[in-house]
Amino acid sequence: MRTLDQLKPKESGIIAALSGAGSTQQRLLEMGVSDGAEVEVLRFAPMGDPMEIYVRGFHLTLRKSEAALVQLEG
Amino acid sequence: MATTLALVGNPNVGKTAVFNALTGLSATTGNYAGVTVSRTHGTVHLGEIKVELADLPGTYSLAARSPDEVIVADVLMDQRDDEVPITGIIIVVDASNLERNLYFLSQLIELKKPFIVALNMMDIADRRGIEINHEALSKALGAPVVPVCAHKRQGFDTLRKAILSLHMGDLAAPEFLGCDFPESQKFAVGELTKALRKNEGILGRSIPGPEISRILIDAGGYAEKRILHKLGADFAETLAICRAHAVENGLTLPAQEAKARYGWVKEILATSVTRPNPRRRSRSEGIDNILTHKVFGTLFFVTIMLVVFQSIYSWAGPVMDLVDGGVGALGGLIGTVLPEGILKSLLVDGAIAGVGSVLIFLPQILLLSLFISLLEDCGYMARAAFLMDRLLGWCGLSGQSFIPMLSSFACAIPGIMATRTIFDRRDRFTTILVAPLMSCSARLPVYIIMIGAFVPQTKLFGGLLTLPAITLLVMYGLGVAVAVPVAWILKKTIFRGEKPPLILEMPSYKMPQAKTVFRKVYREGKDFLSRAGTLIFAVTVVVWALAYFPRSATIAESFDAQRAEVSNAGLDEEVLAERIARLDNLEEGEYLRNSVLGKAGHLIEPVFRPMGWDWRIATATIASFPAREIIVATLGTLFNMGADENEESEGLIATLQGATWPDGRPLFNIPVALSIMVFFALCAQCGATLITIKRETGQWRWPVLAFTYMTVLAYVGAIVTYQVSSLILPAGGLG
Repeated sequence: MRTLDQLKPKESGIIAALSGAGSTQQRLLEMGVSDGAEVEVLRFAPMGDPMEIYVRGFHLTLRKSEAALVQLEG
Repeated sequence: MATTLALVGNPNVGKTAVFNALTGLSATTGNYAGVTVSRTHGTVHLGEIKVELADLPGTYSLAARSPDEVIVADVLMDQRDDEVPITGIIIVVDASNLERNLYFLSQLIELKKPFIVALNMMDIADRRGIEINHEALSKALGAPVVPVCAHKRQGFDTLRKAILSLHMGDLAAPEFLGCDFPESQKFAVGELTKALRKNEGILGRSIPGPEISRILIDAGGYAEKRILHKLGADFAETLAICRAHAVENGLTLPAQEAKARYGWVKEILATSVTRPNPRRRSRSEGIDNILTHKVFGTLFFVTIMLVVFQSIYSWAGPVMDLVDGGVGALGGLIGTVLPEGILKSLLVDGAIAGVGSVLIFLPQILLLSLFISLLEDCGYMARAAFLMDRLLGWCGLSGQSFIPMLSSFACAIPGIMATRTIFDRRDRFTTILVAPLMSCSARLPVYIIMIGAFVPQTKLFGGLLTLPAITLLVMYGLGVAVAVPVAWILKKTIFRGEKPPLILEMPSYKMPQAKTVFRKVYREGKDFLSRAGTLIFAVTVVVWALAYFPRSATIAESFDAQRAEVSNAGLDEEVLAERIARLDNLEEGEYLRNSVLGKAGHLIEPVFRPMGWDWRIATATIASFPAREIIVATLGTLFNMGADENEESEGLIATLQGATWPDGRPLFNIPVALSIMVFFALCAQCGATLITIKRETGQWRWPVLAFTYMTVLAYVGAIVTYQVSSLILPAGGLG
């Protein structure tokens, strides 16, 4: 299954689920990174990590390690 | 009974601007007891009626983890003794980003308190083609929705009317709970409620419903910890059973919550908001294409930092000269009015020289805090965290630590307080412990004096930069360079564990608000001056006294005899005056050597010899352990007392340049100046910072650790600097 960290800039996908359980997942969920939401990758930082995404109408920065928890549909 | 309304909202929604527009200049700031979350209250004047408004910290959720979030949740649920009951809530939401803002609102509804919605940033929503039917939204939410534009002060008449009806109790509490949770979860909440009721005696309070939901959902969260702390392992078992009953469809409880809330938000938005499809690219995105670009973004970041440091060094100069001249004139004036003796010495050498030499650095402190506030207010700080995260990752920290660290360049105290936004305790404590290594504005005086006196004005890069500016930058870089391995070691030893996540909103860029920025700058300046006026003044006078007493009668007699001898030698008037002046000086120097301070200084001089310091530098350094900016005042006092009268007016720099060892060699050279700067860059000479660390961490061991490691580093660092630079640099310096 594809995860968010595998997308390239300008690519987008629909979130299917978040793997694992813990405060990182809860924080992502609260920020709108939850199933059904569309995410678009905007860019990666100069040193390749973290990444900036567009989700539910705003811009969010997260590391690739967090993005790897986000499973995408299809 | 006193009541108050609460102003809440997500971070970056312009809540502070709304608060300022509503309350004008009436805000008072303090702290909540036991924690260092600031408690800001203001008064809204509605004709004859005054309404108290509490400005709570920005938060994304009532699922509390950081101290800020705990306060917001507790205040809103009336669980704090030091806050009056909240009778109504004003939630500020970002119109251009309603979805996530309404998630928080869906939690607020469950508090069952009347609320109004201030729909801020309408102009940005307009620009992005987002159409909001605020009447439909108001109907769907069951509460007034007022469109406002805080930075243009639009919509506030309507908002004030809504606040009046909220205050008068005209608005009913919401009759319905926003979103619907699965039956399994409702059942589990019911069971948990019963179990908690049985334990009310031990808990000492009845737990409000919304808090019970948090205990159930937030595994490892603050609400759970607080209950288990009192009820112990037996209750943990009950809680686990409730949780097992609560889940449906195999989702985790937080996922179940997010699904229910975002589902509800979607329904609300469907009735009241239309968004263009595809979305319009915002202006912020265009700006970010450059400012977070791999090459240009990095260049821009470095340029910003260079501009900041070059300007604090050069722009503040003329203002500083003005202050210096004013203080010198005042000292001179009092000097001519008062007769020779103890009072004159106390006023001129002690009080005026001491406070004056601290006052002179106010322009730079204001300038630096202006830059930091501007960067914060326009939204660049989050970009800096984005750019810097990987770099900070090397020492085990996250981009979140960047803002507290950068703030620490102005002063470690607000920097340490800014760590409250760091969710992870280990990251937060590590940041707190290395934050005092950042060169704060109080170190600037030492750098300026030492660089001004001993680093030549060599121009570099075709005159763009000067050697003094580069030296200053290196001193600022030193703190960072040392902080990296220290943080790395802390994260590998005391604070080892899993790496915490980085989940950070990138707010839209906006024009900084003059009022918000100037308030911050004003507070910074005021804090500095009140310290200069009290603690520093007190230490200055004590140091003066230690350097003045005892006045030995033998010395006075011996010099009186010499003066009489010279006077009777039949010299012409000019030569006589010169000889007398020289004798006066020698006498002052003799007094100083025999004073309490002089004796103590001589005693400890050997400890500081490897750094190239004499007893005066050592004494001044010891005296400045309570607050490092005292060094300048103390150096002024110590060197002026034995100095040539004519040089006094030329300021401390000239005095230091002229200072010598007893054998006549110049006391200061570049290696000595560098070792002093390195010592001050690394040493924890700030009582207020150490007290802040204690307050923020709750334990004395952390300030003790900070003080110990920093003092050791400073001592070793200064010795290495002096020894190495003495070998490399030519004896005569670079000049």
